Amino acid sequence: MTMAAPQFEAGADTAVQRDKWIHMYRQMVSIRLFEEQVNELYTRALMPGLAHLYSGEEAVAVGICEALRIDDYITSTHRGHGHCLAKGASPDRMFAELLGKEAGYCRGKGGSMHIADPATGNLGANAIVGGSVGIATGAAFAAKKLGTDRVAVCFFGEGALGQGSLYEVMNLAQLWKLPVIYVCENNLYNEYTHYTETTAGDVLSRATAFGIEAASVNGQDVRAVYGIASPFVERARRGEGPGFLQCNTYRYTGHHVGDINREYYRSKTEEQLWKAERDPINFFSDWLLAQGHAEASLLKEIQEDIRARMEAAVKFAIESPYPSVDEVEKHVYA
Amino acid sequence: MPESATRELSFAQAVREALAEEMRRDSRVCIIGEDVAEAGTPFKVLSGLVEEFGSERVVDTPISEAGFTGVGVGAAMTGLRPVVDIMFGDFITLTMDQMVNQAAKIHYMSGGHWKVPMVMRTTLGATRRSAAQHSQSLHAWFSHVPGLKVVLPSTPYDAKGLLKTAIRDENPVVFFEDKMMYKLKGPVPDDDYTIPLGVADVKRPGDDITLVATSSMVQIALGAADLLANEGISAEVVDPRTTWPLDEKTLIASAKKTSRVIVLDEGYGRYGVTAELAAVIAEGAFYDLDAPVKRMGAMHVPIPFSPPLEDVTVPTEQTVSEAARQMCNKG
Repeated sequence: MTMAAPQFEAGADTAVQRDKWIHMYRQMVSIRLFEEQVNELYTRALMPGLAHLYSGEEAVAVGICEALRIDDYITSTHRGHGHCLAKGASPDRMFAELLGKEAGYCRGKGGSMHIADPATGNLGANAIVGGSVGIATGAAFAAKKLGTDRVAVCFFGEGALGQGSLYEVMNLAQLWKLPVIYVCENNLYNEYTHYTETTAGDVLSRATAFGIEAASVNGQDVRAVYGIASPFVERARRGEGPGFLQCNTYRYTGHHVGDINREYYRSKTEEQLWKAERDPINFFSDWLLAQGHAEASLLKEIQEDIRARMEAAVKFAIESPYPSVDEVEKHVYA
Repeated sequence: MPESATRELSFAQAVREALAEEMRRDSRVCIIGEDVAEAGTPFKVLSGLVEEFGSERVVDTPISEAGFTGVGVGAAMTGLRPVVDIMFGDFITLTMDQMVNQAAKIHYMSGGHWKVPMVMRTTLGATRRSAAQHSQSLHAWFSHVPGLKVVLPSTPYDAKGLLKTAIRDENPVVFFEDKMMYKLKGPVPDDDYTIPLGVADVKRPGDDITLVATSSMVQIALGAADLLANEGISAEVVDPRTTWPLDEKTLIASAKKTSRVIVLDEGYGRYGVTAELAAVIAEGAFYDLDAPVKRMGAMHVPIPFSPPLEDVTVPTEQTVSEAARQMCNKG
């Protein structure tokens, strides 16, 4: 990896940059508290289907999406709530979607694994592992052909490294110098299997073999993620080609909420270690406090504010109506 | 057909003219696929397009069907109108996730927010001595999936009009061309006409029996109708032109008129297009039928290479006319 991180620290004392850090903190707390509500809704049997929580990985979505414009594109995954929120989705309509309500982003037809929102450039979350690599690359293809200078980010877990189509599109993206960033969220586990049992060789080499700029970053450090994402995004925007980022992170909960007894594939000690020593929100708030960017009271205020907003958003979703049954045959065709 | 239709074009030329006209009309239309540019595909269907529109719009790809089909889906969602070229219909297997789980479902899953105005052009048809992996007619697979439209042109005229409609459609449309038909000539107007999807065409009117035929089987049915006419049997040939949307009304009306129906399609019969069309006719015209609806399609075998073996796997004018004769009790 040759690119330098942006010289963000140099002016870190300006109010604008402080506001940006505080905003990033808010976004990370929003994701954490959103997922707490999802867990609650699911365990109270109010939420149908499956819930794959993003808790523990917040710094990845926020660090990447803060490097994007609102009109840049993302594709997301089954573990996608964090990406949607970080790109600007509103929690009330997300909760409504999770409960299958008409007010949801997809009128209740997509659910937790398919939230899509054109207003924030969200091309949709995808429940096929690696299923969106073509879509993100195609969005970059269109951006280049139409001269819009938009960038597309393709989020996927390290499990998608097993999908051949990823390698097909990385080849295309580099051949055509497309503005797409492949963001591999390596949370160590392909569902219930450690990724080293499924992944031969080196992760970054998969991208550099195509000549794609690639880097690994501590995915628990939002400043590091943002710091590396920014030059990748700007480089792509300038037409200099795709990038590949491996963000090393950890999924606090099971593959989905029902994955409770998971000691057969990972230990409680390991989980506790990540939560105690590598929590992305604590890591960031410690830094904010140490740098004097925020008082503890401000951070507490933010948490309380967001908690209240999430409770209101859940209430909105619970009280929202289901779509009319007439809706079932709508939107099969445009 | 309009007056200007005196000009004759081959099926391949008609396809090319449709693409060229749409690319001139709409700068968002582009072609993506293997050897689509200078090579103009192995069938030379696209010859000359890269010269007019440039390699920015006629885009050669690596041999990565899943990858570039996915690119087509994403590009269609974000402002282009790609025509994705899959050289042989047998290769749609490689694109299935992109077509079935992505393209077909995105509009619905997103509650109508995203659209995928994309065309996939590919081929079908046996008897080209291409063996089991370059000869199949797999359009039934896509016809099975809500969210996709499937077009099966059988004449140069239909190919041009239907392809222009497919490109203007807001949905993913799969357009199957019979590779044995590329040299077939027929009248094609040089004006900007379109043919709506979901409207069947009575290719030949008749009274005694209906031959419902798709794509490659339309010419077979017309040939069989000629043979039958010599024996005093009047066969009506009805071409649905699209398997979805499907013009059920025209099929049922013809069945009611003639009371005997053979359904012909080059795909596999079992669980295939013929099964669906026969069911539609049986449900809609049961009390007007004098005989069970008969299905004729590819034999349930991988397409063999050896010519005498391959030739018996698909219906011919002779086998169709024989079946019709028996159904009309004149065998």
